[in-house]
Amino acid sequence: MKQSLIYLLLFALGVILALFGWIPEALLRDDISKWILYGLLFFVGIQIGSSKNMFTAVKRFGFKIALVPIATTVGTFAGVALVSVLLPERSLSDCLSVGAGFAYYSLSSILISEFRGVELGTVALLANIMREFIVLVFTPWMVKYFGRLSPICAGGATTMDTTLPIITKYSGPDYVVVALFHGMIIDFSVPLWVSFFLAL
Amino acid sequence: MLNIILIILSGVVVGYFVRKIPQVKYVGTIISLIIILLLFFLGVSVGANEQVVNNFSSIGLDALIITLGGTVGTILCAWWVYVRFFNRKGKNR
Repeated sequence: MKQSLIYLLLFALGVILALFGWIPEALLRDDISKWILYGLLFFVGIQIGSSKNMFTAVKRFGFKIALVPIATTVGTFAGVALVSVLLPERSLSDCLSVGAGFAYYSLSSILISEFRGVELGTVALLANIMREFIVLVFTPWMVKYFGRLSPICAGGATTMDTTLPIITKYSGPDYVVVALFHGMIIDFSVPLWVSFFLAL
Repeated sequence: MLNIILIILSGVVVGYFVRKIPQVKYVGTIISLIIILLLFFLGVSVGANEQVVNNFSSIGLDALIITLGGTVGTILCAWWVYVRFFNRKGKNR
């Protein structure tokens, strides 16, 4: 939670500085940020490759654990495709690329801004922050009416870090491995899906 | 877009081989620092973009609609998987 606040503060600071025109022209070029972004993706890969929880989780729950990230992906894309009808000025693939952030707002918004422009990047930032927020606030209610997996799937890529504590509390400690496994798979899939939909 | 996939995959391969080195735990910190830097730059581009600044509320509404669609779809899917595969014979109670 604290980390999310720092992210938001820095983003807001950037907005404010630029609004008042206090940013030197040199910083507005985007070729630097593309290289930083590539560096980020490389480190995200290292984090995934070096994590150990993946295998213990698979051993414990067997094949059905794989159904959890599949449910997240299918449910999100189906839901986004349905509501994209309400947004006639946005293409289906743009909406899906925003949905494919799976609450990983930092990475998805940065990728989308880089390859599709700041406007859609801002949509992605807000949409995916809201998704994390929904999970942080509504997890008790979700577990009560829709079962223990619902906050895990709704939490998307955040279930291995920011939303893990609340999921542990309401879905129960049995589901911690599920949340970790799920978060890792979704984390890895975010840049892949986002770039896939942007390439369409 | 292929670059992105190749860069991540090379990271995964490197990560697998260095997973026993204790310094690997700093990767999370490095990622957070880079994200902070990039989000600051994203903020700068948002603030410098009049089209985005002037339409902020409609952008926010679009974001809310997309998120509600995706989250509700996901919760329903998760519910079905839970009832069908995870909660049989009440063994997780």
